[in-house]
Amino acid sequence: MPAIVQVQRLIKNYYLGAVTVNVLKGINLEIEEGDFVALMGPSGSGKSTLMNILGCLDRPTNGEYILSGRNVALLNDDRLSDVRCRYLGFIFQSYNLLPQYTVVENIELPLMYQGKQLNERTRARCIALAKLVGLGDRLDHRPLELSGGQQQRVAIARALVNDPHVILGDEPTGNLDSTTSVEIMEMLISLNNAGKTIIMVTHENDIAANARRVIRLRDGQIESDVRNRN
Amino acid sequence: MFGSLTKFRRNTILAIRSLWLHKLRTFLSILGIIIGVASVISLLAFGKGSMKEALDSIKRQGATNIVARSQKPPDDSATSSRSFVAIYGLTYRDYEKFQTIPSIGLHVPMRVFPREVRRHERMHNGRVVATIPQYMEVNKLEVAVGRFLVEKDSELFRNVAVLAALTADKLFPFDDPIGQAIVLNNQEFLVVGIIKDRMPTGGTGGSQAAEDFNSDIYIPLTTSRRRFGDVIVQRSTGSRGAERVELSQITLTVDANVDNPEERKKVKAAGDLIKEMLERSHPKNDWAITIPLDKLIEAEETERSFEQLLALIASISLFVGGIGIMNIMLATVTERTREIGIRRALGAKRRDIVFQFLIEAIVQTSVGGLLGIAAGISVVYGLPAVAKWWSPEKTIPAVLQIEPMVYSFFVAAGIGVLFGLYPAWRAAQLDPIEALRHE
Ligand SMILES: Nc1ncnc2c1ncn2[C@@H]1O[C@H](COP(=O)(O)OP(=O)(O)OP(=O)(O)O)[C@@H](O)[C@H]1O
Ligand SMILES: [Mg+2]
Repeated sequence: MPAIVQVQRLIKNYYLGAVTVNVLKGINLEIEEGDFVALMGPSGSGKSTLMNILGCLDRPTNGEYILSGRNVALLNDDRLSDVRCRYLGFIFQSYNLLPQYTVVENIELPLMYQGKQLNERTRARCIALAKLVGLGDRLDHRPLELSGGQQQRVAIARALVNDPHVILGDEPTGNLDSTTSVEIMEMLISLNNAGKTIIMVTHENDIAANARRVIRLRDGQIESDVRNRN
Repeated sequence: MFGSLTKFRRNTILAIRSLWLHKLRTFLSILGIIIGVASVISLLAFGKGSMKEALDSIKRQGATNIVARSQKPPDDSATSSRSFVAIYGLTYRDYEKFQTIPSIGLHVPMRVFPREVRRHERMHNGRVVATIPQYMEVNKLEVAVGRFLVEKDSELFRNVAVLAALTADKLFPFDDPIGQAIVLNNQEFLVVGIIKDRMPTGGTGGSQAAEDFNSDIYIPLTTSRRRFGDVIVQRSTGSRGAERVELSQITLTVDANVDNPEERKKVKAAGDLIKEMLERSHPKNDWAITIPLDKLIEAEETERSFEQLLALIASISLFVGGIGIMNIMLATVTERTREIGIRRALGAKRRDIVFQFLIEAIVQTSVGGLLGIAAGISVVYGLPAVAKWWSPEKTIPAVLQIEPMVYSFFVAAGIGVLFGLYPAWRAAQLDPIEALRHE
């Protein structure tokens, strides 16, 4: 399997006045296509920082990031936006749906920013995805009318709509109770089984146990990198 | 191109929806624009209305006329104290000279004096106008019954009279005046016609007072001269005086179309020529000249400066309205920071965010413009109706114009661009990660 994500000597510093905060201290990482990676580590170890860079929301201070064969570490703002809406899918801890849009419209959003012509075909695709995540009967509901778990499922459908190379989730089950978390994890597992590459941050071992590979960060460095066997 | 058009349409729909979420706030933020546009449209309509009335009244007087009138010289030491008869004013000689000016089509001399007119026991304080048949044409009179004066009346020195509406009413309240006799200065005159009610002309400044024509009695100028002479004895309270005036007024009509600026010059030139002629032959300054066209031009200038003033007020109020929009938009950007972060994470470029907020601002101000136009139209129709209901004799003239509406709409939309740009730019500058973290 070829590596879809390649990170080399990745450094991220924050400069707070005269003080330099060294958050990521030279990360080397390769993730293969179709892998399911759980990123763990204590609070403040730099998980979100790494995820933001992997998600092209942020640029590293130094180092290389090759996504699907192209170096995206040095792209400008517009190009990064393009990469986000074409190759990446995001699932956030707090769902991040737009409250004024319906379920279908929320799912549609990444397509809009691809500059795609929105038509019946794309609409049909969004409806199919809503059905896939079990919300076929809630198409015209607004986020506030849905439970947390349902909202997160909309977010998953939204992350899938552009058929991304990688799905990134920063604690996607962080706001959910354990039953709902299990449901969401089952959904991610089946997506992974269908071939999607998934990288997600979690604090919980039993969630991480669903992944194929667990990477632990500590203090901006990789502490351990273990493959689950199941 | 096609893509950006659908993007525009889509953004517009979305903008309307997110504005609809905050109806009251949106309404309040565009209130300034609404009021600004509404007041411009209604003020322009009322301004145009009253201006049109003024212009119409000037045109009724004959906008191509030149009116030369006799007046008592300002310093009249020779006539007032020593001699009993005051001699002054325009003469038949002037009248003949004016006939040599080629651009003038009609020349109407008049001798006007107040005189009581009787019929049996009835009496009316009328105004005798001794003139020629063309008087009717120059003053745009309409005959109600009978006829106006004709050439033969003048040639034969006939004792005939045409009555204005009020005079006819006063003297003949119950019967038909035509063919009956009235008495002027102990002379019998035969009534041959009656003039329709005529709108009074407004005073046109200078020496000409507002004229009410409804007490007039029209008789041939030749008859007047032969029967009454040029000396008119005036009996006013206390004093007693006589005047020798050949002609009270000469009205001249220039052949020109007032709506054509080139032809207006002809009127001006003729006026100057007449002034020059009178200055030469009447050093005593016993005449005055009125050119209604001057008033017309003056009124048009007033209208123009009114419009300029209004444009200034409009730009100030729209500017204030624009600041209101900007204020709300800045607040909106702060409030929707998280939304901006989400959109950016999902692939929105900076320009997509700018576009979104700009469209929202433009939609707001355009809606404000449309509502302002609607409000302006309602005021233009509503206010005169209310005034009429309040006091029925009151009319507020208004002329609704299309161009100000079109302009206001586009200016309002432009205000949206101008004042939406900065908030939209601010929104786009937000760092996606920071924005996502925003609560
Ligand atoms: N914008 C910033 N400016 C300065 N320091 C920052 C900034 N963002 C993150 N940091 C610092 O980087 C470190 C890592 O933060 P990060 O959010 O990646 O941690 P995390 O592993 O995701 O923690 P958690 O599990 O609590 O989410 C923290 O010490 C944090 O204070
Ligand atoms: Mg984190």
